[in-house]
Amino acid sequence: MTAQHEPVANAGGSAALTTRYYDLHEHDHPEGGSTMLGFWIYLMSDCLIFAMLFAAFGVLGGNYAAGPGPKDLFDLPLVAVNTSMLLFSSITYGFAMLAMQRGQVRQTQAWLVVTALFGAAFLGIELYEFGHLIHEGATPQRSAFLSAFFTLVGTHGLHVTFGLVWLTVLLVQVGRHGLIAANQRRLMCLSLFWHFLDVVWIGVFTFVYLMGMLR
Amino acid sequence: MSGSHEHHAEHAHGHDAGHGTMRDYAMGFILSVILTAIPFWLVMSGALADRSLTALVITGFAAVQIVVHMIFFLHMNGKAEGGWNLMALLFTLVLVVIVLAGTLWVMYHLNHNMMPMTQAMGDMQ
Repeated sequence: MTAQHEPVANAGGSAALTTRYYDLHEHDHPEGGSTMLGFWIYLMSDCLIFAMLFAAFGVLGGNYAAGPGPKDLFDLPLVAVNTSMLLFSSITYGFAMLAMQRGQVRQTQAWLVVTALFGAAFLGIELYEFGHLIHEGATPQRSAFLSAFFTLVGTHGLHVTFGLVWLTVLLVQVGRHGLIAANQRRLMCLSLFWHFLDVVWIGVFTFVYLMGMLR
Repeated sequence: MSGSHEHHAEHAHGHDAGHGTMRDYAMGFILSVILTAIPFWLVMSGALADRSLTALVITGFAAVQIVVHMIFFLHMNGKAEGGWNLMALLFTLVLVVIVLAGTLWVMYHLNHNMMPMTQAMGDMQ
């Protein structure tokens, strides 16, 4: 870093000497300084994947091939329970982040465990639903509607699964190393990922389940 | 002269971007519950007789809820990461709108024009 004295006439001499600094070279970036923005850009690319799947569902969602339609298959109370599981897991992850900001390791871990349980409940209900559909013969191969449905909702479920794996890994990390800067950064990335999945789910329950019942 | 000092302050961005407060999370949660419950109730009870109106209303609720999640859970604002978070989001939104609107528009017209049976039936009426 180079300092240059500004050619300002301080004739009086009593005025404070002003010094200007110019960054002639790029300064050091702290480790992980660009991680949050990079992870955000990854999430945006993930958002595009979901946009494609929503588009596919939007086009194919009415092609039942004389098979079962949304009204025959979907159970809205179950979807409502599922939605609340994801919503609860979002707020409990928020509590974990607040505990992390206060530097409370135990509380952070406790809220992360609660989040994981809600996430697991969500996945369990979704797998039960999928199992039920397949048992009724509404398999992904049955119609274009069901292919698009399983691809879209399944991709979301897969994301939640990986989020759970990640959450478990971070629980171990926090247990071993505490809330060090690297772990805080990782927890913040997972926070973005987790809340992002909740945002995608808003689209799923609105356009797949609720709109499906209106068709 | 003060400009140069502000410039320095700007460089001191830490990791505070993306932190929420208890108030943020509580507000976001309460709003989300309301914005989720109403669309479910609308569809399950069939409160609005007109289906396309119901569809329009629940789309509106979904849009509002997505914004609520963005602000209160994902802590989006114009300042985080020097505004690049928001820029990336806006760029993605533009792409998503083009992809979704374009796909649905083109495929709707394709379906409309490529079904001789429906076309013929339409002509007979």
